[in-house]
Amino acid sequence: MKQKEWGQPALAVSQGARQTVPKTSFSGSFAKFREMGLLVFIVLLCAGVQLRNPSFLTWENINDIATNTAILAILSVGMMLVIITRGIDLSIGATLALSGMIAAQTVQQMPSLHPAAALLLGIAVGIVCGWIVGFLVSKMDILPIIATLGMMNVFRGLTYETSGGKWVSAHQMPESFKALATGTFLGVNNLIVIAVLVYIAAYYFVNHTRTGRRVYAVGSNPESAAISGIKTDRILWLVYTLMGGLTGLAGVLWVSKFASAQGDTASGYELNVIAACVLGGVSIAGGSGKVSGIILGSVLLGILNNALPMINVSPFWQSWIQGMIIVVAVIINALVKRGIDRNNLMRRKI
Amino acid sequence: MKKMMTLGLTAVMAVSLLAGCGSNNNAGSGESGGANAAADASNGADAGGKKKFAIIFKNTGNPYGEKMMEGFKKAIEEKGDEAILKAPDQPTAEAQIQMIEELISQKVDSISIAGNDPDALQPALTKAMKAGIKVSSLDSAVNAQSRNTHVNQADPERIGRTLIQGVSEMIGGEGEIAILSATSQATNQNTWIEWMKKELEDPKYANVKLVKVAYGDDLRDKSVSETEALLKSYPNLKGIIAPTTVGIAAAGKVLTDKGLKDKVKLTGLGLPSEMAEYIESGVCPWMYLWNPIDVGYLAGFAAEGLVAGEITGATGEKFTAGSLGEKEIVADGDGTQIMLGDPFKFDAGNIAEWKEVY
Repeated sequence: MKQKEWGQPALAVSQGARQTVPKTSFSGSFAKFREMGLLVFIVLLCAGVQLRNPSFLTWENINDIATNTAILAILSVGMMLVIITRGIDLSIGATLALSGMIAAQTVQQMPSLHPAAALLLGIAVGIVCGWIVGFLVSKMDILPIIATLGMMNVFRGLTYETSGGKWVSAHQMPESFKALATGTFLGVNNLIVIAVLVYIAAYYFVNHTRTGRRVYAVGSNPESAAISGIKTDRILWLVYTLMGGLTGLAGVLWVSKFASAQGDTASGYELNVIAACVLGGVSIAGGSGKVSGIILGSVLLGILNNALPMINVSPFWQSWIQGMIIVVAVIINALVKRGIDRNNLMRRKI
Repeated sequence: MKKMMTLGLTAVMAVSLLAGCGSNNNAGSGESGGANAAADASNGADAGGKKKFAIIFKNTGNPYGEKMMEGFKKAIEEKGDEAILKAPDQPTAEAQIQMIEELISQKVDSISIAGNDPDALQPALTKAMKAGIKVSSLDSAVNAQSRNTHVNQADPERIGRTLIQGVSEMIGGEGEIAILSATSQATNQNTWIEWMKKELEDPKYANVKLVKVAYGDDLRDKSVSETEALLKSYPNLKGIIAPTTVGIAAAGKVLTDKGLKDKVKLTGLGLPSEMAEYIESGVCPWMYLWNPIDVGYLAGFAAEGLVAGEITGATGEKFTAGSLGEKEIVADGDGTQIMLGDPFKFDAGNIAEWKEVY
C-alpha cells in the first residue's frame, strides 16, 4: 500500500521543479496541504491534552517543548536527506555520543576554550564519522543498514574507549559551555535558534540548489539519475557526511543541555529520529520528503514526549498510547495525502 | 582497485589482530608479574602464619573500586592478615577467571570478587571452593551456586526509609513530594519505593503527600521531560526524590535551569561526581549512596569470618565487622547476603572530597 502511495517519486521531483515556474500558485499551495493531515492531528492532540492538564499550553511549557525538540529536529534534517536517497543511518546515536564525549573532554581539559570552538570540534568529529559511513555506502557499495549498524558499534566502542567508561559531569564543564544550551538569543533559547538556522539552510539547500535537487533525483531513480550525468556516489557520500556533521552539532548541544556526557548517551535515539522523518511523510522507499513535513514530525514527537507525562496515565499505558498516536497520525496523514495526490493528478489531466 | 582494497583491508585486519594479541600478552605478563610479586610477598609472610585474603575488582583504574579495595585491605590488616588486591585491565569475566586460577594455585584462603558476570565465573569459583577457598562476592553478586555469601551495598529498607526522612527534613515536614524513578520495571528502585511508601504511613508524615511516581527510564531526555511535567502538573511540589543516578542529575539540571532552587528540594541516590555541581549550588541539599570503603571493609570481615569458621554463609548467622558492628546474614533468593546498612550521606561538607572519587 505504501508503495502505491509514494510510488510516484517522480511526481515529487516535478512538483519541486514546478515551484520555480511562476504559474504554480495553486500547485504551490496544494504542496503545503500535503502535511495538512498531520497539522490537524497535532492541533487536536494539543486540544485534548490541554483539556486534561491546563498547564500544557502555557508559554513556559511551549518553550520547554521547543527546547527539548530542537536536537531531534536538527537530526531529522540529516536523516531526511539520507532516507530520500533510499538509505538509513543507524549510527547517529553513537556518533552523537562520540562527538559529545570528545567535546566534553576537551572543555574539561581546557575550561577557557570558547564554546564555539567546542561546537566546531564536535561538528568536525561528526563529519569524520559521517564521511567514513558515506565512504562505506557510496564507494564500497555496502547496504546502508549494514554499514551503519556496523559503524554504530564501532563509534559506540570508541566512545567508551575515549572516556575510559567514565562520565564527564556538570562540575567538570565550564559555565560557558553549559551556557551554550541554556543561553538565549533575543529572548529565544539558543537550541531553538540553532535549529531554526539549520532548517532555513536545509530548506534553501533541498529546494534551491542543484545539489539539493540531485539528492531527490538519486533517491527517486538512481539509474536514470546516473544516466543523466549525476554522480550518484558523490551525492550519497555527501548526504552521509552532512548527516554526520549535523549529528556532531547535536552531540555537543546534547552534552551542553544535560550537562553530562556518558558512554551510553542517546543510545537508540536514531529510532526516534527515523520515526520523526516517517511521521513527517518522508518515504522510506526514497525520493520524497519535505522540510515542512519533518518539522511537523519532530514537533509531534516532541509534544508526545512532553504531553504523555502530563496527562497522568500509568507508565504501562504510556508506550501503548505513544505507539497508537504515531500509527493513527501516519494513517491520517496517508489518507489526506492520498486524496490530495489524486486531486493533483486530476488537475493535471485538465 | 577492488583487489587493492581487499588487500588493504586484509592487512588492516591482520594488523589489528596482531595488535590485539600483543596487548593481551602485555596484560598477561603484567598480571603474572603482579601475581609473582604477591606470591613472593606471601612466601615471606608464610613464616609468620598470616592468612591470605584476595579481592578481585571489576577492572583497574576505577576510583570506586580503588576505594572498595582500600576498605577491604583495612579490614584484613586490622585482623593482622595479608590482603592481595587484584583487578584486571579490562572489565571482562575471562580476565577475572584467569586471576581466580592464579589465586587457586597460590593457595589463598579466601577470594572476594566483584563479578563482571554473574554466571560465567561459576566454573572457576566452584573450583576454588572445592580447593577449600572461601568465596564471597561484593558489590556485584555472582550467582548463588558460586559463592558462600554476598556483601550487598546497602539495605533496601534503610535506603527507602532514609530517603523519606531526608526529604521530609528538607521540606520542613509538610508539602507535596514526587518520586522520579528509573524504569517502571526496575527491581532495585521498586523495592526502595515500596519502603518509602511504608515509611510514609508513619503518622509523623501526615502532612507529606506523595503525589506521583514518575519514570524517567534512566534516559536523560525522558528524565528531563518527566521532571518538567512534575513541576507543571504539581505547582505546589516541594520535594523530589530520585533514587537513580541519571534521574537525580537530570532533575538537578532542570531545577537549576528553571531557578527553582529555593522552591523545590531534591534528594535521592546519585553519583557524587555527577551531583557535585547541584550539591554545591544547594539545589540538592544532600543525597545518599553507599560508601565503597565500607562495602570493602565489610567484605573483608565477612571473608575473615568465613575462613575462621565463625560463619558458613547460612541465613541467621551473625558476626562482628570491626567498626561497623554486628552484622547478620540474610536470605537473598537462592543464596545469602550481608547488608551494609544505612546509605552514606553526601552533602556540601564532604562532596568536594568525594566528587574526585567516583
